[in-house]
Amino acid sequence: MALLEVSHLDVRFALRQGEVRALRDVNFTLERGERLGIVGESGAGKSVAAFSLLNLIAKPGFIAGGSIKFEGKELNSMSERGLRKVRGNRISMIFQDPMMTLNPVLSIGEQMVECLKAHRRISTKEARAIALDKLRQVQIPSPEKRLDQYPHELSGGMRQRIIIAIALLLDPDIIIADEPTTALDVTIQAEIMALLLELCEQHNVGLILITHDLGVVSQVTQRMLVMYAGRVIEQGPSREIINDPQHPYTQGLINALPQMATPGEKLNQIRGSMPSLSNLPSGCAFHPRCDFINRADGQPRPACTQQVPDFVESGNCRVACHMVAEMLEDRRLKEETL
Amino acid sequence: MTTSTTSTAPSRWERLRDSFLWYSFKRDRTAQLCLAVFICLVIAAFSAPLLAPTDPYDLAQIDILASELPPFWIDGADEMYTLGTDAQGRDLLSIILYGTRVSLLIGFGAVALQALLGVTFGLMAGYLGGRVDAFLMRLADIQLSFSTLMVAIVVGAVVKATMGSAFYSQYAVLMLILIIGLAEWPQYARTVRASVLAEKNKEYVDAARVMGLRSRRIMFRHVLPNTLSPIFVISTVQIANAIISEAALSFLGLGMPETHPSLGSLIKAGFDYIQSGSWWITLIPGAVLVVLVLSINLLGDWLRDVMNPRLYKG
Amino acid sequence: MNAQAETIATMPTQNEASNDSLLQIRGLKKRFSLSGDFLEQLRFKGGKLVRHQEFIHAINGVNLDIKRGEALCVVGESGCGKSTVARTVMGLISPSEGEIRYDSQRIDDLSSKQLLPYRKRMQMIFQNPYASLNPRMTIQQTLEEPLRLHHPDWNRQQILDKVEEVMHSVGIDPDWGKRFGHEFSGGQRQRIAIARALAVDPEFIVADEPISALDVSIQAQVLNLLMDAQRDRNLTYLFITHDLAVVEHFGTRVAVMYLGTVCEVATTATLFAKPRHPYTQALLSAIPRLEDDRPQHIRLSGEVPTPVNLPSGCVFHGRCPHANARCKQEIPALKTQDDGTRVACHAVEEGRL
Repeated sequence: MALLEVSHLDVRFALRQGEVRALRDVNFTLERGERLGIVGESGAGKSVAAFSLLNLIAKPGFIAGGSIKFEGKELNSMSERGLRKVRGNRISMIFQDPMMTLNPVLSIGEQMVECLKAHRRISTKEARAIALDKLRQVQIPSPEKRLDQYPHELSGGMRQRIIIAIALLLDPDIIIADEPTTALDVTIQAEIMALLLELCEQHNVGLILITHDLGVVSQVTQRMLVMYAGRVIEQGPSREIINDPQHPYTQGLINALPQMATPGEKLNQIRGSMPSLSNLPSGCAFHPRCDFINRADGQPRPACTQQVPDFVESGNCRVACHMVAEMLEDRRLKEETL
Repeated sequence: MTTSTTSTAPSRWERLRDSFLWYSFKRDRTAQLCLAVFICLVIAAFSAPLLAPTDPYDLAQIDILASELPPFWIDGADEMYTLGTDAQGRDLLSIILYGTRVSLLIGFGAVALQALLGVTFGLMAGYLGGRVDAFLMRLADIQLSFSTLMVAIVVGAVVKATMGSAFYSQYAVLMLILIIGLAEWPQYARTVRASVLAEKNKEYVDAARVMGLRSRRIMFRHVLPNTLSPIFVISTVQIANAIISEAALSFLGLGMPETHPSLGSLIKAGFDYIQSGSWWITLIPGAVLVVLVLSINLLGDWLRDVMNPRLYKG
Repeated sequence: MNAQAETIATMPTQNEASNDSLLQIRGLKKRFSLSGDFLEQLRFKGGKLVRHQEFIHAINGVNLDIKRGEALCVVGESGCGKSTVARTVMGLISPSEGEIRYDSQRIDDLSSKQLLPYRKRMQMIFQNPYASLNPRMTIQQTLEEPLRLHHPDWNRQQILDKVEEVMHSVGIDPDWGKRFGHEFSGGQRQRIAIARALAVDPEFIVADEPISALDVSIQAQVLNLLMDAQRDRNLTYLFITHDLAVVEHFGTRVAVMYLGTVCEVATTATLFAKPRHPYTQALLSAIPRLEDDRPQHIRLSGEVPTPVNLPSGCVFHGRCPHANARCKQEIPALKTQDDGTRVACHAVEEGRL
């Protein structure tokens, strides 16, 4: 049994235009100590996926279906009290903007002690000692001084380190990090990601990393999900997907990176843009932008415009694409006839 | 949010219909009720010459023997005078209609003056900054330290002394608009200045400067239209305030004279007669004033909730 | 002070300051005052009334040349001053010291009226697509405005034709003219902003992080658009960015900035193949590459110092693994290496690196 099992997760938003399905049929698992990346562009639903794990989706959003099992217990049907025992304690979260996450009128020490005392029955002195220890683990210079400082006195990189320290305070089993370094400079980003990786490996903490940066995913995660318009379209080991992406969207995403183009030549672009969730195309949501909609004989594949693709197993990866399904089917038939 | 480029651009009506403002309005009963009440009062007041059964300014129509008659639901009432009469025999319904008209005129007029001065000064202070900003804001501070009452007393006294009481009475509406308008422009100036300071740093202003447009054009064509939302919100409250200020001044005898009364002067005129039992002379105009101001204030509250910065993104 | 020595040493030679230099920045410095107005600056110190002023030293002596037809990329992290340089070049900020010359004409001290003809030749694209279009103007109005200003003699039809032409060139449907900015996505808005800049047929464009706020797949589209525009209209770019992958693809030459000073200026190929300045090396190592299995970067010690109290000597000495005593005292000048790269580093000069 995996540590975290998400199956058929369905999240919707009740907007005035009607009900919008932000997540459709999302499935994934996380083993203890495993690092998973969720990749996608804005509007794909990756943050919604992260927030829904801890039932943090605010109205007008709601979880319409599916199950989220943590250590076999269903989080979806848990009472608020039960969830509070899990949040911060067993599963903690790191958000994108460090300035917004830290309360500006409380000192760092106060915030960390408050977090500890909410979950454990310990004295303030003991709490401070634990806080100090965690600050050392995140390699903050002069940690004793930091406990009494306020967030505005610290730089962005330091604040993010403190947020990581707070996330580690209660020795959680899983850390969910929602774009933790997007707001930081590239040199600070590199340090923070290296730190996160080190800590996760040392303490065997699972990581769910949400990001749009494929380079970071490649460096830090072991497996990844690629999301598009609220669905997972490809998942598997990160290295394999990045080296050999199978879904046309993933291919397009990787090829669009400047690193993959010849200097001076045009970049490979994906035409069009991600559709709005309230106005999805029929069949496969990617089909208007897909270069592989035609078969080998030049005729368009009817399934692409009519049917939402199911997952097929291709090597260690699972891909939701009619073209890939067709290719695998052809290969299987060929092997059978041989 | 992307749009499909195959459909044509929506017209103004379609935009309003799809907007958050309309959506919110449709769901808020209080706002609908208040707007209905307000519109009714405005229409009634401005059609006073058509609706009023008598003309209270026509001395020939006033019958002193018909003074202090009660409203129709009390014994002793006269059918001709639905809401009763005041101490001079004027029909209360007619005079309330005309009085509401005066109150509304002063309210809208004063706010128009406040807005004109306040928006101009606020725009200049916010956009030009530096010494201009410092000077205008100090002016606003000085203006704020004089209460409306004080300004009214001083101006009233000066005008009456130099030009005579008759002159003052004749131009009372204009004077009150001037007084209340001058007293409250700093409200607008500060609000607009805050908005302008926020908009000034946005990139479209930089783009306009980079294009070579002159400051004046940028201020009025680019920045001003984007600072209008808060102006609408405070305008509703300011209209209510102006009406109340005028009522207060009239009650104290510094506003509209009895011959050409507003709701405030009506309340004052009838005040003395409460003891003798003719409560309707004061209370009915008072009720109308309360309903008017309350409906404006509630509308303003709704507008403020609806027009918070979320709307700025469209 | 060492600053003057630095300025003289970095003055390009006669050969370099030739006619194909469209933009020249010399000795540019910019300080922003933190101290408020005069009254707030007065403090009591040691029994006397003194004037206390604090400044943010955003730019501390920058010398750059931009040649016609090239795309000079300026890279650096937050606080390095690259956006301030862009805005100073465009005249949105006036420099505290130094000169900016466009086509050999000094432009930083001109009045807005004198600057008007230059506005037709120099345009700017901004970072935030959500704030760079006026929310209360339709697209048509936004695109017509620069034309009406710079071509007062054109009639209505000429303006409409030009607007349609420029909309086609950036891939916008002319029907969009009646719509407002908020109806479009980030990528579409950026196209509109580019159309606005191109409407007056400029020759020089300053792009301040034009694609940072966009999604990856849209970034590719917009970057392609900028490259096409450069080729079709023979544009010169000053491209500000923090994304080194974009620089490697798009730039002709690169200038790396740190805390208001230029560390290294080189052709793109040279910079990526052989970075010399320790900061450039750290910056390049920090980019997450697809081939990596683990983060592999040069760790810089300490935090970025505040631009209020600049470090003495070389601004990078506090975090540099190769700093020595000289680095603490003396500001290094940009020195030209044999392959044309200019580096401001004592260690490079002394051959230690």
